[in-house]
Amino acid sequence: MNPYFTYILIAVALFSFTAIFALFAVYAERKVSAFIQDRLGPMETGVYGSLQTLADILKMLQKELIVPAAADKVLFVVAPVIIFVSVYMGFASLPWGPGLIPASLNLGVFYVFAIISVESVGILMAGWGSNNKYSLLGALRSVAQVVSYEIPAGIAIISAVMISQSLDLQVIATKQGILSTEGAKFLGLWDVSGVGGFLAWNVFQAPHLLLAYVIYFIASLAECNRAPFDIPEAESELVSGFHTEYTGIRFALIFLGEYSMMFLVGMFGVLLFLGGWNTPLPNIGSFTLADWTTGTGWGVFWIVAKVLLVVFVQMWLRWTLPRLRVDQLMNLCWKVLTPLAFLCMLISGVWQLLVM
Amino acid sequence: MIIRNTISAFITAWKGLALTWKHMFAAGKKRKSIDIKNDNYFAEQEGVVTVQYPKEKIPIPEVGRYQLHVEIDDCIVCDLCAKICPVDCIEIESIKATGPIGQTSDGTTKRLYPAKFDIDMAKCLYCGLCTVVCPTECITMTNQYDRSVTHISELTYKFSDMTPQDAEEKRQELAKQQAEKQAAKEAAMKAAKKKEE
Repeated sequence: MNPYFTYILIAVALFSFTAIFALFAVYAERKVSAFIQDRLGPMETGVYGSLQTLADILKMLQKELIVPAAADKVLFVVAPVIIFVSVYMGFASLPWGPGLIPASLNLGVFYVFAIISVESVGILMAGWGSNNKYSLLGALRSVAQVVSYEIPAGIAIISAVMISQSLDLQVIATKQGILSTEGAKFLGLWDVSGVGGFLAWNVFQAPHLLLAYVIYFIASLAECNRAPFDIPEAESELVSGFHTEYTGIRFALIFLGEYSMMFLVGMFGVLLFLGGWNTPLPNIGSFTLADWTTGTGWGVFWIVAKVLLVVFVQMWLRWTLPRLRVDQLMNLCWKVLTPLAFLCMLISGVWQLLVM
Repeated sequence: MIIRNTISAFITAWKGLALTWKHMFAAGKKRKSIDIKNDNYFAEQEGVVTVQYPKEKIPIPEVGRYQLHVEIDDCIVCDLCAKICPVDCIEIESIKATGPIGQTSDGTTKRLYPAKFDIDMAKCLYCGLCTVVCPTECITMTNQYDRSVTHISELTYKFSDMTPQDAEEKRQELAKQQAEKQAAKEAAMKAAKKKEE
């Protein structure tokens, strides 16, 4: 087969996946928020409102594209594309199962981490291009927040990378299960490479990575601009932040980028800390559950299931916790998360030298 | 300090998460609508509160005071309701009858025709004063609350059962009677004058 054809096929498949995921996630978000607040959520369109988001996207596709008269036209038009594309490109190097990865990069971790930071450029362009005080404030907050939280997130990621000794996401994922060739030690003591299951996940191989994962998870919430770190959108103060002026398909692209970002950061965290596409079921004696539930299809199933669980936790947190103030946000980042992340990195180094 | 803060942050976040979790899984239940006089009225904390109107409706009291209604057969067109209305939403036009035209259900004699009896529900503030002053209790508040309309003029409820032709006929009858009366009066005065002379 022509390799270009394969490339396009993979790109289309990933795009369809992100689009379908966004549709599903918006519906799920509305239902989760409704149930948490003792409401019913969408009920009219389709069975239990299941076609609501489809109806919404159809509506958005038909809407007029308005460019404000005072806007910087080029920035305004290009920004949503950059926001979405930067998130979408991140999916390129994430493995979905053993041997199933769109682009196998030996610098995968670095690539994903770099490409999702481009999103903040898009957000700044959207905020500046709109020529609107709310948009600009939202964009400034967003960029300040994303840049700050990349430091604890990055250091937490490095501490996982130090344990895995690789920047290739496929290698990192493989090392956390029964397919590992170098052996995996539960808590650094018990070799579980034949047992697999959740015991071989990075967070259980080196327990301080649990703390690193919590740091990464908090920072990833801030990077997707989600509550309790949603001050860039802060609808009670800033209308809806950097995407106030957007309409129609451009708004849909920003939304799509936001929800794809949730999946992306969830998947990245799962790959680094929670075993990636490895099964959570260990081999117990003759019940070789891990052997039975490992494979390409199972890999896709496990990673999607784990990421959906993480996305659910993101939603659950969003509808529970109130929004942080800007100074509280920076306090948390610089005075709590960053030192803790450095501590994790230090422990990772010691662990690597003494235990492994 | 930081450690204590972090611990308390996790504990409080966990409390909140546990609360929302509980509510999320109580969403299968529906809250029963119980009387406010019930002692357990505030005890019910879980379950969906949404009422999927118009597919389902919450029960309302039979004596609800939501919309005005006029039993025009019982109306003696005394105009008291229009006078007491604080926002002047009742508009009445009466025509004197040539004689008693019947009785209301409580036995009051009717002497006026209601040519026009309009209540503008868009203006009405639901104070209920008109129902209090009405001597025959023909203007009442009903438990009907769902009266959506597509044009604002439809919010002016017209209660008079008289057509314009009817009204015109009654007016002419009245004019004729008055003219007759006037003629009779003049004739009587003329006769009296003649007698004096």
